[in-house]
Amino acid sequence: MKKLQKTQLQPFFAALAANASLYLPVDNEVGKAEFKKWQDGVQMSTALNTLRSAKDFFFPQTENLMEFKMEGKRIDVIDTREECEDFVLFGVRACDAASFAILDRVYLVDPVDTYYKNRREHGTVVTLACGRPAETCFCGTFGIDATDPAGDVTAWELADGYALRANTEKGEALLASVAALLTDTDTAEVEAEQARVRAILARLPLSGLTTEGLGEGMTKEFFARPEWAALSEACLGCGTCTFVCPTCQCYDIRDFDTGHGIQRFRCWDSCMYSDFTKMAHGNPRTSQLERFRQRFMHKLVYFPDNNDGIFGCVGCGRCLARCPISMNIVKVMKALKKGGAEQ
Amino acid sequence: MNETLIPYAGVVTEITGQTPDVKTFRVEAPEGGKLFEHLPGQCAMLSVPGISEAMISITSSPTNRDFMEFSVKKCGCLTDWLHAMDEGQMITVRGPYGRHFPVEEELKGKNLVFVAGGIGLAPLRSVINYVRDNRANYGRVDIIYGSRSKEDLVYYNEIVSEWTNTPDFHVHLTIDREQEGWDGHVGFVPNYISELELSAVNACALVCGPPIMIKFSLPNLLQAGFDKTQIFTTMELRMKCGIGKCGRCNIGNKYVCKDGPVFRFDQLDELPDEY
Repeated sequence: MKKLQKTQLQPFFAALAANASLYLPVDNEVGKAEFKKWQDGVQMSTALNTLRSAKDFFFPQTENLMEFKMEGKRIDVIDTREECEDFVLFGVRACDAASFAILDRVYLVDPVDTYYKNRREHGTVVTLACGRPAETCFCGTFGIDATDPAGDVTAWELADGYALRANTEKGEALLASVAALLTDTDTAEVEAEQARVRAILARLPLSGLTTEGLGEGMTKEFFARPEWAALSEACLGCGTCTFVCPTCQCYDIRDFDTGHGIQRFRCWDSCMYSDFTKMAHGNPRTSQLERFRQRFMHKLVYFPDNNDGIFGCVGCGRCLARCPISMNIVKVMKALKKGGAEQ
Repeated sequence: MNETLIPYAGVVTEITGQTPDVKTFRVEAPEGGKLFEHLPGQCAMLSVPGISEAMISITSSPTNRDFMEFSVKKCGCLTDWLHAMDEGQMITVRGPYGRHFPVEEELKGKNLVFVAGGIGLAPLRSVINYVRDNRANYGRVDIIYGSRSKEDLVYYNEIVSEWTNTPDFHVHLTIDREQEGWDGHVGFVPNYISELELSAVNACALVCGPPIMIKFSLPNLLQAGFDKTQIFTTMELRMKCGIGKCGRCNIGNKYVCKDGPVFRFDQLDELPDEY
């Protein structure tokens, strides 16, 4: 394990940024953290987490896929893919780091999404263990350890510095590139920090939430449950939950006429939207109840069905904080588990 | 690395009007020949860049070595454009996508009953012509096909000139209402199934058509002695990617684009009622 003194943080960022673009959480003008490119003088946010998840870096909100040149009856397909530049994400939390593994299960399975793979290959993720988990946090429900996040490198904030541990070859290379700034350390300080945070995690309001009774094979049990009506009744279909969610991965593909060709792009989409499944001959999900049910059944049943029981939620709590009607996946989980008794 | 979302450009070399609102488009690679190989029942994403992209079943049989065909009903943005274009126009095609009808697995050596309504014959035509080109591998073939009127029967010329002349092929056409110049059967497809006294022994049924036709055909096939494990259908939902990633076409934990579009009815029973 390595250690970086706090006084060396800016030189550390500068050294990382010399080799690759470095992105880290930075407070914006309204005091919310978002991932920004580091440059000299930029201070890292002290917020627990970013407003939006880190998925943008691998699955951006919009991206161009290809272009077409149209001339008379002729069409030329132009492959515009380029090798992505190396980049480093610093300060990713345990929940968001776990979401990458979930996105991998969608985009890296055959046939591989090469746009996503390209970014995954060129991105190095440095996670930062949580020091002050919030009351909306429930990553532990899904077996994620906020005090020991995944990633190429794991970092812990200590009183006078940061402990750093490489977990992968990419991580080893990253620490080697800044070796001059690091010293060797033992694990004692990290273990003390982990014990302190675990005590906080145990006292959080959602610490007792489990996935028992949810997951694989529960479609028949849950699909027709009457609770969906009350749960979805106030849903505005705004899609905020989808857009802040680190695991939501549905997309739309559309074309844009640039005036000198057609650009085909993809962008995030939401199963909460009424036209998501709309076809020329009808729509299989005409009510918000059906769309709401789809979103939560996907995360709590369908995804586990197809992915060895792994849930499509990482407990980041963003939807708890952001939903304008205060509906969220925790309420859905409780209602399904208790048959509405805890509504 | 190959990217499945990036399509091929193909040339539409022949456009055949089938009915007032269905046309068949023959597509070849610019240098001639097929853009890619497929199996009966598989689909492809057709697109006119700047207009839209949509999943369409490949109606030609893979035994055809020279071209692929797509039969398209005029019913939306992309299909309107396709219907208005001329031969020689290029379009883009990517695929093949989805699971095919098990022509070499479960269907081989069986008697086959095809049940189709309207444009629903398009995906089954790929199987029917595959069976014709491998005639010795399959038993008796019954084709029950209905449409609103005689003019709405797709592939009518091919049916009467080729299918009816294939050994042990029994074609049963029907239209919804009496019409001048039609002396064939009149009535709905599900009822016709019952009237025909089909045998389910060593047989499989392949059904495709409007949801309402499928809904009422299923009990009549079961009544005729078919088990759900002997009945196949092919489905359609809105799709963007075709590879189970865009999240649009799922029914429960299955994606129609990759786990379908061909399903056996006992497999559909496992899925929630949302299609």
